[in-house]
Amino acid sequence: MDFQFQFVLTTLPQLMQGVKLTIYITVYGLLGGIGLGMITGLALAYKIPILNLTGAVYVWIIRGTPIVVQAMFVYFALPLAMGVRMSGLQAAVLVLAINAGAYIAEIVRGAVLSINKGLVDAGLALGLSRIQVTAFVVGPLSFRRMIPPLGNQFIIGLKDTSLFIVIGVGELTRQGQEIMASSFRALEVWTAVALIYLVLTTVLALSLRWLERRMKIL
Amino acid sequence: MKIVECKKVCKSFDKTDVLFDIDLSINVGEVVVVVGPSGSGKSTLLRCINVLEKITSGDLIVDGKSVIDPKTDIRHIRQEAGMVFQQFNLFPQLTALENVAFGPRKVRKLSKKDAHELAMDLLTKVGLAERAGHYPSQLSGGQQQRVAIARALAVKPKLMLFDEPTSALDPELKGEVLSVMRSLAEEGMTMIVVSHEMNFALNVGNRLIFMDEGRIIHDGSPRDLYDNPPTERLRDFLRNIQ
Ligand SMILES: Nc1ncnc2c1ncn2[C@@H]1O[C@H](COP(=O)(O)OP(=O)(O)OP(=O)(O)O)[C@@H](O)[C@H]1O
Ligand SMILES: [Mg+2]
Repeated sequence: MDFQFQFVLTTLPQLMQGVKLTIYITVYGLLGGIGLGMITGLALAYKIPILNLTGAVYVWIIRGTPIVVQAMFVYFALPLAMGVRMSGLQAAVLVLAINAGAYIAEIVRGAVLSINKGLVDAGLALGLSRIQVTAFVVGPLSFRRMIPPLGNQFIIGLKDTSLFIVIGVGELTRQGQEIMASSFRALEVWTAVALIYLVLTTVLALSLRWLERRMKIL
Repeated sequence: MKIVECKKVCKSFDKTDVLFDIDLSINVGEVVVVVGPSGSGKSTLLRCINVLEKITSGDLIVDGKSVIDPKTDIRHIRQEAGMVFQQFNLFPQLTALENVAFGPRKVRKLSKKDAHELAMDLLTKVGLAERAGHYPSQLSGGQQQRVAIARALAVKPKLMLFDEPTSALDPELKGEVLSVMRSLAEEGMTMIVVSHEMNFALNVGNRLIFMDEGRIIHDGSPRDLYDNPPTERLRDFLRNIQ
């Protein structure tokens, strides 16, 4: 085996370009996913008319189809069907948001429903409105319960960005692929790519662990 | 002066009828103890009084306001009727002090400082001033229930509802909660207490209500009902809870 460490160094600038895009897609995709997931999850937990039903259909479709197919659909099929054309990067952010949103919706719903009904009664009995009870009692408690499963979902989201190779987005995996195509040094390239992903997911996991420790999970 | 008036109150959940034609009026200053077998509707009656449950028919007037009148602000009734639950239901993310200050801050819109001062006074009153900074998980059941009483008192209710406040507690912890309730009664607080603590009913209560299958079967002086149960049903019930 001949592992050329020197070669790895020369590829770093290009790989870092990929890292930038990977982080960009992850951050914006997950922010969108959190927004979508919160709204959908609350609609499901509180059975808000109409939103409740559309939310259930949304979660059903997204959880029932592979993310690669979702990316292909948004990038290749939507332009044909509705004339919506977007860049690969835009499609990647959108697909990650929609995909993560469906899973986050289930996390939010589960956390909200796990809060003891007695605490809601206690808040109402003090004379708080339903909105106040949701904001000051159910919200903070369910937020704490959401942190561990959300962290898990964030890590999955980060790794799922590698699938956007199929729509040609120049994220980390795609950059690895390109370097390999021109150099044929598979061992160095995929070792480096794997290690970079590992660093990214580790940083994410450690920050979430820190947040979890700061907020006692109740 | 009446503070609670039930007029032919009925309550059903889906198809199960839980309360039938409850007629009951309670005057300011009364300490009413409610007993009855499991499932007889005691909790449901309390929950209807502070509108955690909607009544199915009849009328229920609390502090001069009807729960079925669309013009009534339900939150107003709830502020006037404090509630203490069997399972304490303290907010686990807040300290004892914050739990007690929570109502005044969110409902009475007191400043943080004023709310904390009020909360500290109430914690002192229930004998827990030195536990103010503890979280519920760091308190015994009896201490948690005393914090819960202070929390309910903090919004200055005119009436207190207790739903089996001591039945989740070990025998040696019941006393500290009952003595807080006793001193509250001595201060003239109007109280409706669902509890099978007969000593409390006899020594503190001035009215005993016996419920069975969603109806009020007896309503009278605790001593009389206890010493001479008018029906076999009440006699059996009292024998069973000894
Ligand atoms: N939310 C609900 N939905 C459906 N049925 C209910 C609900 N709450 C209470 N019930 C039913 O109403 C009846 C009376 O219940 P309630 O809790 O008022 O009785 P209780 O006298 O307080 O009993 P216990 O001594 O066991 O606390 C029971 O048959 C119960 O199953
Ligand atoms: Mg009950």
